[in-house]
Amino acid sequence: MTDLATYNFAYLDEQTKRMIRRAILKAISIPGYQVPFASREMPMPYGWGTGGVQVTAAILGPKDVLKVIDQGADDTTNAVSIRAFFQKVANVAVTTKTRDATIIQTRHRIPEETLTAGQTLVYQVPIPEPLRFLEPRETETRKMHALEEYGLMHVKLYEDIARNGHIATTYAYPVKVEGRYVMDPSPTPKFDNPKMHMSEALQLFGAGREKRIYAVPPHTDVVSLDFEDHPFEIQHFDKPCALCGAEHVYLDEVVLDDKGGRMFVCSDTDHCEDRREHGHAGHLLAQQEAAE
Amino acid sequence: MYVAVKGGEAAIANAHQLLADRRRGDRSLPAISIDQIVAQLGLAVDRVMAEASLYDRELAALAVRQARGDMIEAIFILRAYRTTLPRFGMSVPVDTASMKIERRISATYKDLPGGQLLGPTFDYTHRLLDPSLLTDEPVAEPLRRTADESSMMRVSDILAGEGLIEGDGQMPEDHVPGDLTREPLEFPLSRDLRLQALARGDEGFLLALAYSTQRGYARTHPFVGEVRIGEVEVELDIPELGFAVSLGPVQVTECQMVNQFQGSAKNPPQFTRGYGLVFGQSERKAMAMSLVDRALRAEEFGEDIVAPAQDEEFVISHSDNVQATGFVEHLKLPHYVDFQAELDLVRRMRAEYDARNGVEKSDPIRDAAE
Repeated sequence: MTDLATYNFAYLDEQTKRMIRRAILKAISIPGYQVPFASREMPMPYGWGTGGVQVTAAILGPKDVLKVIDQGADDTTNAVSIRAFFQKVANVAVTTKTRDATIIQTRHRIPEETLTAGQTLVYQVPIPEPLRFLEPRETETRKMHALEEYGLMHVKLYEDIARNGHIATTYAYPVKVEGRYVMDPSPTPKFDNPKMHMSEALQLFGAGREKRIYAVPPHTDVVSLDFEDHPFEIQHFDKPCALCGAEHVYLDEVVLDDKGGRMFVCSDTDHCEDRREHGHAGHLLAQQEAAE
Repeated sequence: MYVAVKGGEAAIANAHQLLADRRRGDRSLPAISIDQIVAQLGLAVDRVMAEASLYDRELAALAVRQARGDMIEAIFILRAYRTTLPRFGMSVPVDTASMKIERRISATYKDLPGGQLLGPTFDYTHRLLDPSLLTDEPVAEPLRRTADESSMMRVSDILAGEGLIEGDGQMPEDHVPGDLTREPLEFPLSRDLRLQALARGDEGFLLALAYSTQRGYARTHPFVGEVRIGEVEVELDIPELGFAVSLGPVQVTECQMVNQFQGSAKNPPQFTRGYGLVFGQSERKAMAMSLVDRALRAEEFGEDIVAPAQDEEFVISHSDNVQATGFVEHLKLPHYVDFQAELDLVRRMRAEYDARNGVEKSDPIRDAAE
């Protein structure tokens, strides 16, 4: 019982890694197709990124530089925990800088900085099936994908428009990959969808509990579903980031007081810090500096 | 604030330190030992072994202690260890007919070869709090019978003699048993995989489903043909030796539920069976499993699928408590990016609604700088 904690590099044994790598290769070969894989129990709970962690563990090498974000931030608790896990079991270099990372594991965001060739973005996916909330049965949804029968999804989007005047899906907004598979981009805000299109980086998606891996290889068409008269739109924010003044980025709303006071700041903490280091200042930061 | 900027790491470390403190509790009391948990909380240990699919009492007890008695947490810890172990072979099927029996009861026969053996059961105890357990009163030694080496005939074999019950069934010669820990599940499942999933399924979930079949949601008219608890030998085929070698005994609970069946175009009227097999002593789980197993065979018997307990994809997709707890509890993780997106949408829809209904409304979101 004393030698319990002897784990392999990056935790998973080599046979498991090989199994996952095969699934990844298949996923890359069929962009957007959900490849079933024998997901393992990981030492963190299902639903907390076990799919992403398994994908990262399978592709991680000793020379990789890892960045982990959750909600766009490097310092959210679960990102901290996953980063610490890989430091412990793989002793890899970690970073918070998007451009320095070779592998970025993410939950719910794509970094603002454009990813480049050689980088891999690993998404944590809770429900990989974009049709799941329209059809709860896996046996049915697999058939629908096989027959490219996506009418149901279009009907859903149409009903949104008929009822609300616009599509009421704000995150996990479905995309069509390379003109074939409808894919769930994971619960990233639809703001991030355009970044997936023709990205130079490899994008891998891991769903541990649901035992699925899928991928978007570099330079792949990723088109958000829409209608000619209701084209896809991303969210727009009225104000720039209060700290770094960035516009056209995704912002978090931070509640300042109980009187309705709010500020909007970059969700991507690295992007925000980088801009501030380069002398950009939002109105809140400028105010603070003026006060000092 | 649980996403305190740059404070996350220290906060997590401090939280875990506090957890260790709470786990240990009052330092003036002696720490509970693994041996004590194995010996005195044996059924908790059994449940952890069963649902973690790992037969190791010491490790299960360690998990129980580490989890502060939270069973699902303990199951999770043990599973996460199990998954790192290599699979070096497959045992030959255990022979429960030659089980060393500690308890064996049948509800279908008053008496039967081998007799009824109550064993260590809560049945017929009066559930009155026992003040003698407040202190460490001496406990009398139990009566012992002389060991009976002969094997005890299974009730299913008794009925099979008359041809009134379906047989054990045969798998094709080349059938390799599935392993849900090594292959992703694909519905519909073969029965071996389905039984595997049920064997590690959550006791409470299976209990509720089994109960639902009794209350009319896919009723199967069940009788407990037999419940037996005892030790069976686990043997491993060693190809180099050409024979099976014993790895040692494990304690299991087996339940054979006997169910009425009216017959169909394909099958004559006969009794059918539901099967439950669980590590350790866990009668509730084995019985619930056998009821659910039978309910899930509805399609095989051409029965109408009308209730949740008959729906394989529904039952098996939701029976795993480690998966379920992870996904339910993941809702505590930050979701503010998605919430922001929804907030934006609701505000927009609300503004449209108010405009349509002519409601004057001041913007509650003032600029923070104001």
